[in-house]
Amino acid sequence: MTRLATGGRIDRSAPLTFTFDGAPYTGYQGDTLASALLAAGVRTVATSIRYGRPRGIFAAGVEEPNALVEVDGEPMATATTVELRDGLTARSLTGRGRLTAPDDQADQAGHDRMHAHCDVLVVGAGPAGLTAALEAGRTGARVIVVDERTEAGGTLLETRDLVGDAPALAWVAAATGLLAELPEVRVLTRTTALGRYDDGYVVAAERRGSRGRLWRIRAAEVVLATGAHERPLVFAGNDLPGVMLAGAARAYANRYAVLPGRRAVVFTTDDSAYAAAAELAEAGLEIAAVVDPRPGGGPDTAFEVLAGHVVAGATGTAEVTGVRVAGREIACDLVLVCGGWNPVAHLYGQAGGRLRYDDDLACFVPEGTAGRCRVVGAAAGEFSLAGCLGEEPRPGPPAAPVWLVPGDEPGYDTHFVDLQRDVTVADIEAALATGMTSVEHVKRYTTAGTAHDQGKTSAVTAVGVISALRGVPMGDLGTTTFRPPYTPVSFALLAGRDRGVLHDPVLTTAMHPWHVARGAVFEDVGQWKRPHHYPGPGEDMAAAVLRECRAAREGVAAMDVSTLGKIDVQGPDAGEFLNRVYTNAFAKLPVGSCRYGVMCRADGMVFDDGVTMRLAPDRFLMSTTTGNAAAVLDWLEEWLQTEWPDLRVRCTSVTDQWAGVAVVGPRSRDVVAALAPGLVLDNAGFPFMTWRETDVPGAGGAARVARISFSGELAYEVYVPWWYGLALWEAVLAAGEPYGITPYGTETMHVLRAEKGYPIIGQDTDGTVTPVDLGLGWAVSKTKDFIGRRSLSRSDTSRPDRRQLVGLLPIDGEESLPEGAQLVEDPDVPVPVPMIGHVTSSYRSAALGATFALALVKGGRDRIGTTVFAPLGDRVVAARVADPVLYDKEGAHRDG
Amino acid sequence: MLLIPCPWCGPRAEIEYRYGGQAHVAYPPEPAALTDAEWAAYLFLRDNPKGPFAERWCHAAGCRRWFNVLRDTATHEIHFSYRAGERP
Repeated sequence: MTRLATGGRIDRSAPLTFTFDGAPYTGYQGDTLASALLAAGVRTVATSIRYGRPRGIFAAGVEEPNALVEVDGEPMATATTVELRDGLTARSLTGRGRLTAPDDQADQAGHDRMHAHCDVLVVGAGPAGLTAALEAGRTGARVIVVDERTEAGGTLLETRDLVGDAPALAWVAAATGLLAELPEVRVLTRTTALGRYDDGYVVAAERRGSRGRLWRIRAAEVVLATGAHERPLVFAGNDLPGVMLAGAARAYANRYAVLPGRRAVVFTTDDSAYAAAAELAEAGLEIAAVVDPRPGGGPDTAFEVLAGHVVAGATGTAEVTGVRVAGREIACDLVLVCGGWNPVAHLYGQAGGRLRYDDDLACFVPEGTAGRCRVVGAAAGEFSLAGCLGEEPRPGPPAAPVWLVPGDEPGYDTHFVDLQRDVTVADIEAALATGMTSVEHVKRYTTAGTAHDQGKTSAVTAVGVISALRGVPMGDLGTTTFRPPYTPVSFALLAGRDRGVLHDPVLTTAMHPWHVARGAVFEDVGQWKRPHHYPGPGEDMAAAVLRECRAAREGVAAMDVSTLGKIDVQGPDAGEFLNRVYTNAFAKLPVGSCRYGVMCRADGMVFDDGVTMRLAPDRFLMSTTTGNAAAVLDWLEEWLQTEWPDLRVRCTSVTDQWAGVAVVGPRSRDVVAALAPGLVLDNAGFPFMTWRETDVPGAGGAARVARISFSGELAYEVYVPWWYGLALWEAVLAAGEPYGITPYGTETMHVLRAEKGYPIIGQDTDGTVTPVDLGLGWAVSKTKDFIGRRSLSRSDTSRPDRRQLVGLLPIDGEESLPEGAQLVEDPDVPVPVPMIGHVTSSYRSAALGATFALALVKGGRDRIGTTVFAPLGDRVVAARVADPVLYDKEGAHRDG
Repeated sequence: MLLIPCPWCGPRAEIEYRYGGQAHVAYPPEPAALTDAEWAAYLFLRDNPKGPFAERWCHAAGCRRWFNVLRDTATHEIHFSYRAGERP
C-alpha cells in the first residue's frame, strides 16, 4: 500500500471500483486512473510500440508518454488525465491503438458546441493565470478562464508551496472566490485549449463525460498562462518503469496522497527537484541520494547529494531496481528525474510567435506577443511563484542543463528520447549520420515528437541531444513547429451534433408523404430526397423503370418535379440580364412563353441549364437543375453586384414556393383537361413552350401550366403554391386514373431524356464541356455577347477533335455499358491504348428494346456509324456510335 | 478562423463568407476585341503576392453582398474592407 493515510485532494469517503486489464482495483473520487493504479502498486502499464519494453507511469498530466489506455471503448486515452469513476474499465495498449467498436456501435456521445466571445481569454488557472484573470476581471472586462485540470490552481495543487505564510491553495480558493463574484468572468475547468487560430480564435474541449462541449471562443486578447512541462534526462535505461518525472511524483504525493515507490534516487539538474524530494520525504518516501551533475549541487538539503555526478544507467529488467552512480550501485525502486522545465508555448507557437533560447533558463521562451497572444508565468519563463503572482520575481541560479548523459558503456540503444515512439539517441545519431541537420528533418526521420503526446517531454529533449551530438548551440537549432491540437481530441467531440440526420439538412417536397406511402425508393439529389423509382409488387428496379418508361411513352405518367430550382428574376432590365447570362437570347421572349436556356462559366464550359418562363415584361421565372439551384442564384448575384450594378434586377429563390407535377405521355392532354377544365389545350391554343395561368379546382385554385417536355412526349408541368403540392399530386393521379396514370421517378426521367439525347448537366458534363460539345450549338447566339462567349472561339474550344456527346448502341443489345467506362478505337493495339472518350449515361430502353448509352467521344459526331470499344477488364464491349437522339428524331410525339 | 469585417454587417466569422479571389479584375468591356492570350489572362491569371492583397469576399450566410478586403497573405491580418465600387 502506498496510499497515504491523510492529505491529498481525494475523497476517502467515496471509494470507486474499476478494472485494469481485467483485474479489479479500488480508488477514490478525485483520483486519476494513473494515481489509483500507482496506489494499487501497478508499476507497469504498457509495452512500448517498437521494442515491446515495459513502461510505467512517467508523468502526472497531459505530457504523459507511456500510460496510454483504452477506457470504456475510447481507444487512446492518457491514464494520467482519465478521472476515475465507478465501474471504469481500462485496458493497457500494446503497440498501436485500435478502433475496436464495430461500425454499428459508433461513439454515440452527444457532444455540444458552444460559441463565446470575450475581451480576455486566460488559458491556464494556475497562479499566473488566476492573477491575470483577476487583473482583467476587476476592470469589468468579460473574461473566460479555461483550465485542463478538474479544479483551478495549476501546479499549486501538486505542491506544498506557500503564499505569504499560508498554504498556496488558500490563495487559490480566495482568488477563485473573487472571480466568482465578478459577473463577467467565467471559469471553465476540465477544458483544454486545443488550438489557436486567426484573430484571437481559440478552440477548447470541455470534458463532461458523454456530454462534452467544444468551445469556439473569439477573444480580443489571449493570455497564455499554460505553465511548463518538466524535462526528463537522457541516460541508459531511462525508460524503465519506476523512472518518473520528479514533479510528477510530487503531484502524486500531494494531490492524490500516493507514493509511487518506497526508495528513490533523485537525478536532477534543477533546484525544483530538491523541493520535490523534501515534500516526498516528509510524506514517507525514502530518498537514497540526490545526484546533481552541477559541481556545486543545488540548495541546502538534508539528503546525501552526489554533486558533479550523473546516473550512468538505471538497472533492472522489468522495472528499475537501482542506479549506477560514480562507480557504485544504489538500490531504489524509483528514479525521480528533472532536466529543467519547458514553457508550454504551443498556442503561442501556433500564433506564429517566435521562441528564443534563454541560456540562463536553459529553455525556449516566447519572445513578445504574437497574434493577440500574451504569455505570462512559467509559460513565459517566469519559474518563481512570486513572479507568477505579479510580485518581484526571484530568479533561480543559472541553469546548467545536461542533454545527454554518457553511460558506462558506449552506445545509446537504451537512451530514450521519445518514450512513446521508442526513439533513442542511437536513432538520432543515425539521422545525423545521413547528413540531416535540421530539427524538423530529424523529427521526421526518427518520428521523435510525432506521437499522441506531440513530443511534450521529447521535442526539446531531442533538440538538446542534437545540440550535444553536433556541438551546435540550442538557439541555432530552434524548435519544431507547434500545430493544433495541443492534446488529442475525439472526432465525436469535433462533430458534436452534426452527425446522422443532422449532418446535412434533408429537403423533402410537399408530396413526400405520398411517395413514402407508395414505397418509392429514394435517391439524394443535392439535399433533396427524390423518388428514384416506384417498385410494384415483386418488381425489381429494372422492371419498375421499364414499366414507368412504357407508361410515359404509351399512356400517361406523372412525376414530382417540385425540386427543380426556381429563381424569380424581376426588374426592368431582367430581359437584358438573362441575355447576358444565357448563351441564347431571352430579351425578346414573349410574355406567356418559355425558353430552354444554357449558362456557361466565363471559360465557356456549361454550368447549368433549364427552362425559363416570361411572366411579365419585367419578370421571369427561371428554373435550374435540382442540385445547382443555390449555385446559380449565387452566380447571378455575383454578376449583378460586381459587374453589372447598373442593371435594375433582383433575384429571389422561390424553389420551395412552387410545387410542380410533370404530366407526361400521349394521354397527358386528357388528364390536364380533367384537372384544369377551363384550359384551352389544343396545339393552336396552347402551343409547345408556352405557359398558361388557370384554375385547378383540386389544388387550391390558381395554377401555372407550362407545355414543357423533358421526354419528347406531349407533356405539361403544373405548378401550384407549395402548400397545395400534395393536393395537386393527388388531383393529377385522380384525373389520370381512367388512363392508368403511372408515377415515375428520376431513373425513368433519365432514361426518357437520354433516349432523346437531352444532356443532364453534371452527369453528361464535367466542367470541360461546351454547349457546342453537347450538340447545343443551336442555343448559342451568334449575335449577342454572353458570359463565356469569348471562350468558345479560343483555339482549344474550337478544336474539331473535342469530346462531343453522342449516342452509343451496344452491338449486343443485352450488354449494358457501365457509366464511366473508357472508350477506345481499337482494343487490340499494345498498351497504352489511346482513350477516345467515356460513357456518361447508360440505360436499358423500353422504347428501343435494347440497351443504349450517351458518351463523350473525341470528334464524336464524325464517328457516327463507326464502332468503338469499351474494355471492361474481362471482356470488351463493342458499340456503334449514333446520333444522341435515338428516339423520335423528327419530334412527332411532342404535340401528342 | 478569420474575423472579417463586412461593410454592412460588421465583424463576422470567416465561416459566414465565401471567398472570391483577387479583387478589381474587371470583366473586359469588349471580350471579342481581345486576343486569345489576353482573354486567357483575364480568365486564368491572378496575382499571388506575399503581403497585402485586395480580394473579394461575399457575406454568403449574412447579407449576401460582395465586398473587398485588403488582407495580408503572410500574416492574415485584415487591414480594412470596403464596399464594391467604393474606394478604400
